[in-house]
Order: sequence, then structure tokens, then C-alpha cells
Amino acid sequence: MSAGTQFAAAAGAVVALPARLVEPVMYGLQRLLGIRRMPWVFLLPNLVAVILFALLPVFINVFYSVSGSDRLFPWDRPLVGGANYATLFDCDNFLDPSTCSRDLFWRALGNSLVFVPVQVTAMILIALLTAICLNRDIRARGFFRGIFFFPVMLSPVVVALTWQWILQRNGALNGLISSAGLTPVNWLVFPNTAFFWSVFVTVWAHMGFYTIILLAGLQAIPRDVYEAARMDSATPWRVFTRITLPLLKPVLLVVFILAVIRSVQTFDELYVLTGGGPGSATMLMVQYIFEVGFASQPRNFGLAAAASLLLGVALLIFTGIQMRISRSGRDD
Amino acid sequence: MTEASMTKTDMSVSAFLMRRRGRGRFHWTDGLTYAYLLLGLVVMFVPVLWVVVSSFKTPANLAEFPPTILPFSAETAVVEGFDEPLPLFDVVGEDGETVRLAQIRRVGIQAQMIDPADPEAGRIVVPVENATPVRRVYLAFENYTNLLASSGNQIWRYVFNSLFITVVATVITLVMNSMAAFALSKYRFRGSNVALVSILATLMIPATVVLVPTYMIVAQLGLVGNLWGVILPTVATPTGVFLLRQYMLTIPDELIEAARMDHASEWRIFWRIILPLSSPALAVVAIFSILSRWNDFLLPLVVLNRRESYTLQLALASFQTEYGIQYEILLAMTTLTALPLACAFIFLQRYITTGIASTGIK
Repeated sequence: MSAGTQFAAAAGAVVALPARLVEPVMYGLQRLLGIRRMPWVFLLPNLVAVILFALLPVFINVFYSVSGSDRLFPWDRPLVGGANYATLFDCDNFLDPSTCSRDLFWRALGNSLVFVPVQVTAMILIALLTAICLNRDIRARGFFRGIFFFPVMLSPVVVALTWQWILQRNGALNGLISSAGLTPVNWLVFPNTAFFWSVFVTVWAHMGFYTIILLAGLQAIPRDVYEAARMDSATPWRVFTRITLPLLKPVLLVVFILAVIRSVQTFDELYVLTGGGPGSATMLMVQYIFEVGFASQPRNFGLAAAASLLLGVALLIFTGIQMRISRSGRDD
Repeated sequence: MTEASMTKTDMSVSAFLMRRRGRGRFHWTDGLTYAYLLLGLVVMFVPVLWVVVSSFKTPANLAEFPPTILPFSAETAVVEGFDEPLPLFDVVGEDGETVRLAQIRRVGIQAQMIDPADPEAGRIVVPVENATPVRRVYLAFENYTNLLASSGNQIWRYVFNSLFITVVATVITLVMNSMAAFALSKYRFRGSNVALVSILATLMIPATVVLVPTYMIVAQLGLVGNLWGVILPTVATPTGVFLLRQYMLTIPDELIEAARMDHASEWRIFWRIILPLSSPALAVVAIFSILSRWNDFLLPLVVLNRRESYTLQLALASFQTEYGIQYEILLAMTTLTALPLACAFIFLQRYITTGIASTGIK
């Protein structure tokens, strides 16, 4: 018996008793409503949860963004029109965040605009390189795959604390550096090094996920294509650019979209690793939303909602453009 | 295969390492591949190993710089006339001989030592540079026992909270998602497409974007600071419905027809026939649910505002700010938090990786 079926059996045992109580109820409903309406009964719990915690919040979010005050419940909040957006965009000079009334928003936006392209590029390049290495005819492939994948399973807090422990002033990295005769660096105290390690740690934590997807994509490429290339004695580089990359393009696109969406939403690791600091050097958009709406007093839900709506719209536009590009790519 | 043709006698180490599954000789790109993979091994694995090793160090050992690789503890000796055990040092004397002395205190670059074998001989003043501490490898399990015993057993509360959220949310997710998937795969009814699309559309809504209204709804339900406030918003995973529906579509409808002939109720068909047959897909959904609930951070951070309702992750994150930094406790707790998933990973790696590879979800 495999671990999965064992698990299913255990889970089944846990829910067996409530299930016995549910059965007469469901049978009664079936008698009452008829078989034709039963699918709605099956759908109902999931649909209620989806509407309550996914669809409804989108509309409430829109309302929040056009209403003011620090009250939580919508009926307590006066409408203020576009005031929240106006506050966010209240800038003398858009290139200089310190001239804005909400300078943190622009700093967070600026940080995200640097962080996302850098992190996604690094992530995809490293994940692709790793996937190609793992796809080769090597020993202990399962072991290496596990090594590259396991940080995906670690919680963001554990990841952040692990690297904080290594990067701190008296940490292992500075130990290595000083025993090599160089001067130790206080990595998380300077804006540039803190930013570099933010990118590094998030790539470290998530690259395994994309590696697995890319590896599956590589394995789906038929072997005889490579055989044919070898018959023509093509160089490895040529094989890579002319066969691997074009055939991997659909998978790469999926990976790219997923990586961008996740990268824009980065919060947990950096919240624990740097806290957005030093200053605001590593504060990204989601942390700004959290700080404005929940961490600072008075809580400004309207501003947080406006910022998060802008984020959502940006993501939507990005995904739309990607879909359009991939579709037009397929036509030719 | 090359292995078969190779006799035992000429199988040198290099031949063993360079032996390949396919035909063909060792190519220079293979060398590069192994070099990269070994670098990956160091970068990916050593940091975590380092935390585990560090969690077995004593506070004094942790404060050392540069850090020692293995956990060490200073050897001590009980000397008459002193209440505390004194740390032992190997001291090189002026005549070049090494003697083992116990240090009473250190004053600048001088240390006051005493001979533990002969305390009556009085204090000896030694330059610090001549003294090296006597140490042995020592695993400080007391970091763990202190953590588990300290602060009124709060840690067990966090473990319970995390476990409760993970288990309950996963069970509800499995039941609810598979019910919806059953309806969307085995019935033809008006509105089924609308329902499917509206469930899948939520894939496009990042949880962070709707953080404020989600919090409001949780507050309206009176669940702020309550574990259910974290469970309910997360159970309707669109990916779970999608995965289960795709799997259930492959189950033949004849099974259901036959069961209806035997007057089985719809719930019975679902519970007794469809659900057991979907167990591979259920296992994948369960694994992802467990993973994301155990590791969840932002929603608990916002909803669980009382210490009693903290999850392990929240407690861990709050630890570093709260007690100054007690690194030995923090490291032990980090190791403990990562441990359950590390164990699960060893057993479930195949499911997880195939699950990701086939769906691209987490």
C-alpha cells in the first residue's frame, strides 16, 4: 500500500462518523429536491465559501477604496470618492518619492519594479539551468532533485530565520569571510546588500518549484529529436537554442507568468528577514498594504484597498498581455 | 550496458564515477553538470544543516566568532572555594610546558587561573594569549528541553493551533472540493459552466489583494483571534476543485448508472464509489493543503491577534523581536517547525513533484 492510499484511508477513518450523520440528511434532501437538483446541493458549500471569501471581497475592496475613515465595517464608512487614489498619487515629482504625501507607497512601488524583474529573471535562469542539469544522464538524479526542491516545503518564516542566522554580523558567512582574511560585512544593514540577499533568499526558497515544472517540460520533449540532432553532429549550444528552447516555450511561459504573480506578492520571507528595511530599502507592495491597513495606527483600510486594487489591476493587465502574446505566437 | 561488460577487476573509482547509463563516453559537459550540482548541494542544503547544527550549541558557543563548525562546550572543573564550575584552559607556561588550569576571571589581557589539582597553591596570573580553552563536542539537547518546558508550555499551544488549523482545514477542503468536483464532473445541469468558471476565476485573485475585505468578513463572523477565522477563508481552493474534477472525469459513468440501478442515493454514490476511486488526486490535494496551511503566514498574522491563538509560524516570527534574541531557543524552534515537513517530504516527494509537474500549482 502506498503512502498516499494509506493517508487516504486514515483521513477516511477520521471523517467516517460525521459522514454517517450526513448520509440521512443528504438522502432526505434528495427525496425532497429530486436527483436533478442534487448537483447544487453538492456544489453549495464550496460555492458559498468561494463567494464569501473570494468573489465578494473583490467588490467590497472596490468600496473600501472609495470610502474613508478607520472604521472596519462598510456601513460605518463615509464615501470619499477618489480621495484615497488622489492621496496615493499626490506627488510634486513622480520620480522623487520624498515629494509625495505617501512616499512609502512610491518607494514600495519602486522597489517592486526593480525586485520583480531581477528576481524573476534570476529565478527562471537558475531554474532552467538546474532543470537541464537534472534532465541529463546523471547519477543520483532523485537525490539532487530532492536537494533542489526541498526549500519549497520550508515555511517562509523558517527560510527567513535560516538566512538571517547565516547573514547576521557574527554569522557563518562572515565567519568564512574573516577566516579568508577579508573584512566581514553587515549584510542586512546596508540597502544594496540587503536588497541583493532579499532576491537571493526568495530565489533560493522558490526555484525548486519552477525547476520541477521545467524538468517535466524537458522530459516531455521526444528523445528522437535529440537523436536526430546528434546524427547531424549539432553542437550542444545549437541543440539548446534550436530544439530545447522552442519546444520548451509553452512551459516557460507558464513558469514566467506564475513567477511574476508570485514575485509581485512576495511578503512573508522579507517581512521576517529584513522587515522591509533598512529604512524602506526592501519594502515591497504587499508589505506596504499590510503596514498601511494593519500594522500602523490608525488603520487606513481605504488606502490599503486602493493600493491592493492597483496591484490587482496591474497583475490582470500583465496576465492579459502575456496571454495575447502567447496566442499570437501560436498562430505563426 | 557498459556495466555488464565491465569486469570487477578493472572497475576503478573513476570508471565507476564516469560510468553512464546510456552509451557514449564522459563528455566535458558532464563535468560541468556535476560541478553545478555539487555547488547546488552546498548552497541549498548547507544553510539548513547549519541551523540544525547550531541549534545544538550552547549559548557561549553560539556567541563565538568565527563560529565553530561542530557544537562545542567548554570543559569545566569544580574547584574548592568556588560555587560555580570553572572553565578549564590549557596554558603554555614560560618553560614551554603545558598545564591545565581553571580560569577564575579574566581581566583585560590577563587571566586569573587556579590549579584545580592544587587549589592551595593560590592564583596564577597568565596572559590570555597563552591559554586555549579545553573543549569537547557536546550536543546541547537542553536547548530543546528548555524550549519545550519553558514559558508555561506555550509552545504546545502553538503546536496544537498549527496542527488544528492544518488538519481541520485539510479535511474540510477535501470534502468540500470533492463534493463540488463531483457535481461538476458527473452531472449535466444548467449553470454548471457558470459555477465552474466562477470557481476557477478565483485563481486570478491573489489572496493578498483581498486581504482587507477578507479580514472584514472574518471580523463580521466574529472570528478574529479564532482559529476558524484562518480555516474558513482558505478551504475553497479553486485548484483543488479543478484537479479533482479533471480526475473524476476519467471515472466511467457506467459505475454511477449501475449504482443508481441498485437504488444507491446520490450521496452514497459520491461517498462510496467516487471518493475512494479518486484517492490519488485526493492525496495530491491533501498534500498541498497541508503544506500551505502549515506554512501560512499573512492571513494568520492579520486574523490571529492574541498570543493564545498564535500558530507555530507566528510564534517563531514574533520570537526574535520579543525576547531580545535568544538564539539557542530560536534555532531549536526553527528546527522543530521545519521537522514535520522534512519528514513528510522524504515519504511524499514523488507525489509532490508529480503533483506540481502535472498541474503547475502549489
